[in-house]
Amino acid sequence: MITHVAFWALAVVAVLAGAAVFIVNSMARASYALAVSFIAVGVQVLLMQQNYVGVVTILMMVMEMAVMAVYMVMFMGMNPALMPMSMVHDNRHALAVSIGVFVLLAAGVLLVPWPTRRGAPPVDVTEALGEELMGPKMLVMTGVGAVMAVTIIAGVVLAAHRTRYDRFGDDLRRRPADDPQPGGVGR
Amino acid sequence: MSEAAVTVVHAGWAVPAAGLLGLLAVAGAVLDGFLTARTTGTGSSGLSQPFGEVARLMRQRRRTTVAADSLLWRIGGSGLLLMALMIITVVPLGRWTLFDLDVGVIWFNAMDVLAWAFVWLTGWGANSAHSLVGGYRFLAHGLAYELPLMFALVAPAVGASSLNVGEIAAAQQGLWFVVWMPVAFLVFCMGVLAIAVWGPFSPALGADVAGGVTAELSGVDRLLFQGGRYALLAAGAAFAVPMFLGGGAGPLLPAWAWVLIKTLALLAVFVWLRRRLPAARPDVFMEAGWLVLLPAVLLQDLIVAVVAAGRS
Repeated sequence: MITHVAFWALAVVAVLAGAAVFIVNSMARASYALAVSFIAVGVQVLLMQQNYVGVVTILMMVMEMAVMAVYMVMFMGMNPALMPMSMVHDNRHALAVSIGVFVLLAAGVLLVPWPTRRGAPPVDVTEALGEELMGPKMLVMTGVGAVMAVTIIAGVVLAAHRTRYDRFGDDLRRRPADDPQPGGVGR
Repeated sequence: MSEAAVTVVHAGWAVPAAGLLGLLAVAGAVLDGFLTARTTGTGSSGLSQPFGEVARLMRQRRRTTVAADSLLWRIGGSGLLLMALMIITVVPLGRWTLFDLDVGVIWFNAMDVLAWAFVWLTGWGANSAHSLVGGYRFLAHGLAYELPLMFALVAPAVGASSLNVGEIAAAQQGLWFVVWMPVAFLVFCMGVLAIAVWGPFSPALGADVAGGVTAELSGVDRLLFQGGRYALLAAGAAFAVPMFLGGGAGPLLPAWAWVLIKTLALLAVFVWLRRRLPAARPDVFMEAGWLVLLPAVLLQDLIVAVVAAGRS
């Protein structure tokens, strides 16, 4: 009973905090309203006994929003993050798209014939999830992980303003590297 | 591993547990006051330092700044204490725990990243340049310390084949994890200092930026923030006990007493280190974190994983 009440209360919190993202006029408030929304969802997942996924959701989302705070002030021109600004853009289209998506998903929820539970949940859900992700699909996970890492590195390399020739000189022999920002290891 | 390593106590015990954390935090503050008094030679004893500061802040008027984001400011300032309280819910005091979560290690991790939010929000909320600079210094530290800290938490979990804090403590019957996971232990301690914005990680509160994050904090807000830092040091020390220091293992005394003794000892080291270590400049420490700490702790994880695989 308490679990049900908590679940629905958290659902309301998640939706309201999600709506607040577009209502507040500050980047910081929008970021952390989104974080609150995700935390509410994470706690809902906890209530569904998926402890690992729930706690990891909270962990990742708080960190993600903190990193977003770094980037929004660092990379936004004229620093709108520090002054009030509207959090909505292109209202008419956005409204149409969001209502459409909501109707689609809600119709899906109501119309899909949900299967009844077969069998019982495993004793250790975390272990079962790990088996499911890492058991026969380990090769896929390893492949996807490598591709993702390569994508990130390639993206950074392509976006970087300075190349290794700027750092190490034309013959790549300059030591230590000529970096605008000195590091702590003394290279 | 079949029977539960710890007993879950009634939720009402959360209040004494919070009180215990408060006592530990006060003990940390008193030790810090004593060390300050000895260094500066002012005041007869260290006791006047923390208690005098509490009395002063309790009656200080709350400072307001122009266009402050008060809501986020208050959330940030009071958040550190909340984090510390949430951390100790999964720390078993001998046989008893408040919350026997099967993924307690991840729980600690989720709570420690909240520092990213709370410290930055405290810096942001005041709408003051100095405090915002402090907030960004903390996030820059965070980008360097967080991944090594996460991988440091992996080592005891792999060593015990469990994410449950009680089972990790129980797995150290023969040999404490600190003995064969020293790198992970040191990196974990570094992480605790970092989330408490303590010692090497205090440039976010640096005097060169007028106190940084705390520049505009006054009265109760400052008390909550500073108290939260001591509480986080205490909670981090308490969490290290089941993770690395054998939990309640020890001769003669009962398990709960050993947990408290080990916590107090580690807390004392944390407080003492404040004056012994240089400040870690966020920009310089970034490279140290990624090029030294991260590979070192990954190597530690590899060794632990090989040993764990060999045992099973």
